[in-house]
Amino acid sequence: MSSNAVPALGRRELTRWFWRQLTSMRTALLLLLLLAIAAVPGSLYPQRGVDARAVETYFLEHPKSAPVLDNLGMFAVYSSPWFSAVYLLLMVSLIGCILPRSFVYLRAVRARPPRAPRNFARLPASASFETDASTADVVAAARRALGRSRIDVVDRDVDGETVREVSAEKGFLREAGNLLFHVSIVVVLIGVAVGTLFGYRGSVIVTDDGGQFANSLPQYDEFSSGTLFDSSELPPFAFTLDQVTARFQPFGSPQAGAPREFRAQGTYTAKPGDADRPFDITVNHPLSIGSTSVYLLGQGYAPVFKITDAQGNVVFNDAVPFLPADATYTSNGIIKVPDAEPEQLGFQGFFLPTAVTQGGKELSTSAHPAAANPLVGLNVWHGDLGLDEGRSQSVFILDKSKMQQYKNGAQAFRVSLQPGMSADLPDGGTIEFTELRQFARFQIGSSPLVKVPLFGIVAGLIGLMTSLTIKPRRTWIRTRRDGSRTVVDVAVLDRVPRDDLPADLDEFLERFKDALGDTEEKTV
Amino acid sequence: MTLENYAQLSNYAVASATGILALAFVAYVAQWGFARKVAPDRELVTAGSVDAPTSGSDPVERSNMAGGIGLSLTTLAAVVLLAGVASRGLAAERVPWGNMYEFGCAATLAALTAYLVLVRVWEIDWVGPIITGFGTVVLGASATVYVPAGPLVPALHSYWLVIHVLGAIISGSAFLVGAAASILYLVKSRAERNTPEDRRVGFLWRIPSSAKIDQVAYRVHAFAFPIWTFAALIAGPIWAQYAWGRYWGWDPKEVWAFITWVVYAGYLHARATAGWKGKAAAILALIGFATFVFNFVGVNLWVGGMHSYAK
Repeated sequence: MSSNAVPALGRRELTRWFWRQLTSMRTALLLLLLLAIAAVPGSLYPQRGVDARAVETYFLEHPKSAPVLDNLGMFAVYSSPWFSAVYLLLMVSLIGCILPRSFVYLRAVRARPPRAPRNFARLPASASFETDASTADVVAAARRALGRSRIDVVDRDVDGETVREVSAEKGFLREAGNLLFHVSIVVVLIGVAVGTLFGYRGSVIVTDDGGQFANSLPQYDEFSSGTLFDSSELPPFAFTLDQVTARFQPFGSPQAGAPREFRAQGTYTAKPGDADRPFDITVNHPLSIGSTSVYLLGQGYAPVFKITDAQGNVVFNDAVPFLPADATYTSNGIIKVPDAEPEQLGFQGFFLPTAVTQGGKELSTSAHPAAANPLVGLNVWHGDLGLDEGRSQSVFILDKSKMQQYKNGAQAFRVSLQPGMSADLPDGGTIEFTELRQFARFQIGSSPLVKVPLFGIVAGLIGLMTSLTIKPRRTWIRTRRDGSRTVVDVAVLDRVPRDDLPADLDEFLERFKDALGDTEEKTV
Repeated sequence: MTLENYAQLSNYAVASATGILALAFVAYVAQWGFARKVAPDRELVTAGSVDAPTSGSDPVERSNMAGGIGLSLTTLAAVVLLAGVASRGLAAERVPWGNMYEFGCAATLAALTAYLVLVRVWEIDWVGPIITGFGTVVLGASATVYVPAGPLVPALHSYWLVIHVLGAIISGSAFLVGAAASILYLVKSRAERNTPEDRRVGFLWRIPSSAKIDQVAYRVHAFAFPIWTFAALIAGPIWAQYAWGRYWGWDPKEVWAFITWVVYAGYLHARATAGWKGKAAAILALIGFATFVFNFVGVNLWVGGMHSYAK
């Protein structure tokens, strides 16, 4: 084997080779499957864009593996470089496939049907028969039987004999549908990209003790926006939440505890200076303010606590959202009291809407999500909450690294409170559960051009159905006089192989002969 | 009847349908079993001979009879299950596909209906054992996630529930028929390659050629794929925009619906790609169905997310 058996590829050849590889069907197929595989981890690990709090929890529970996974982009799979690489390559491959095929298609649409092949027997389905009709009648009958096909008739001289050939082609819309489908996917992706680049979305928890929200960045608990979104352009609406209603299937009925209704009511102003207008948001009925929509995503309980420190000052008096952890609304929450003297205080505990006693022990589980017998249980820490380090801290996570827990002998000190009750704290302060309110979690967002992906995918579906149902078919008919008879040869070819072709040919022959019979009756 | 009566009736009907379907499965397995030593052209011989035994001791006749019983029992199971699903809807005063149990029953009903229709159109009774076996498992497993009939959670208070979930049910049932045909395609095409002519005995040689099976599989998938596109990528996002404020949010259920879509898109492409036609394409169809099933079972029970309406 000589060393120059494989000629070195120049840059152009290499580029061309690479382009041909990328736009080949096989590569497209592999990229498609790679995309499916690449999407899997995003459903198994919590995603920042979906549930940022779940990611924080994962970091706390898996301190060793979480940073490694984070570096691999496992908590933001759909914006990770490797996922982007796959879909960008797929998109390039798609466009590289659509463009040349469009040109081929445009040529094919203008072209005449191809000439009949010499040997019909080599085609997947063919037949021949004899008739008394003239070749002209045969051609006329063929035109009728072929219906809405593109038809050419050619007279040819074969060995001194005149042979008339009919070439017909139909089903051009199949490729049109195919191209429409693939162009639509590009349109959908562009529409999604534009919506993501210029859109924003955030979520916020508001308590219904007249809790307020004004649409500006610091007010959000979670916020994400596209790179081309300018946060100074947030529409300046504001709202006040007066009432959250949650109804559940009553105790003792089938599906007891299943949620039945969630509703958030209050007032809003579209921009400063406007009059207050009432709103009423339910789960499938968001509030629209201009291009922005406000959705009710969830709700839960927010006990109101009044805390006095050892000096007797009221250092906390607010509703505290407790996040539901299960279907009975057993909820978890924390209270941070940075103003307490002499030491900062931190509370962590649970809330039970319908606390029940099990086996004579403490009230420990919730039997129903409605607040029939509300109870909070809190453990107490004292020390440094770690708020001064400048690092932003979640309001739902208590950093205990610089705090000590109050103990009651060997056991943790715990306060159990029902509405209206208060308890003394070990450092001399008090905590009072003054009343029970609820909170609502809203999602607020706007994504421009939301209709582009919708129209894109609908057009794609139409294209898809066209390409799946239309049969592109070529039919050739060759006819010549043989003595007093006319010999007719018929062959059909599908651009997409199908094995019902012989049956279809039989059906066509029947139509053809019927048409021929009509012609004969007229000429006789 | 009161709502409780309807709920009771529904439970009895679904339980009965499960039992009948299990018997149909046994009959279909017997149809294959009785014919395990029969050569493919045997039927012509018995049909042609005047003094053919009619006692039922002939394996071909026994096989045919078992197949007939299987088909009748499947039809009966579908009718009883229809009563179960319909009375469930009456008991809950809404469409009967609001949670995992109801989806399992309604989807099995759709799959049985699709099968029975296609038996008439394309004579696909050879997928009977797979359809009835899988249907029995789905109905049995649905019982483990049973919830009493009742109204819907607020998130499902939308007419999109009818459209979105019905689309998933129809395409899912067609995907099942497609997967069953793909399994038999793989078995049959392998047998066609490896079995010498004189050893071709058994029911496998009494069903259509692998090319014909492949065609059935393709047609069913070509029917199901656009409906899945509509259910998962059009109706779903529109509803999500109303309910959650975003049309696509990579919720686990959405991720797996997308994966299913991509795999079936791969299947349609593979059928037109050299080297992928036939076996590889059929395996892709099975992977597609596996992702659909995982989305229903795995994501509902173990992964969670915003689509968690199992209970």
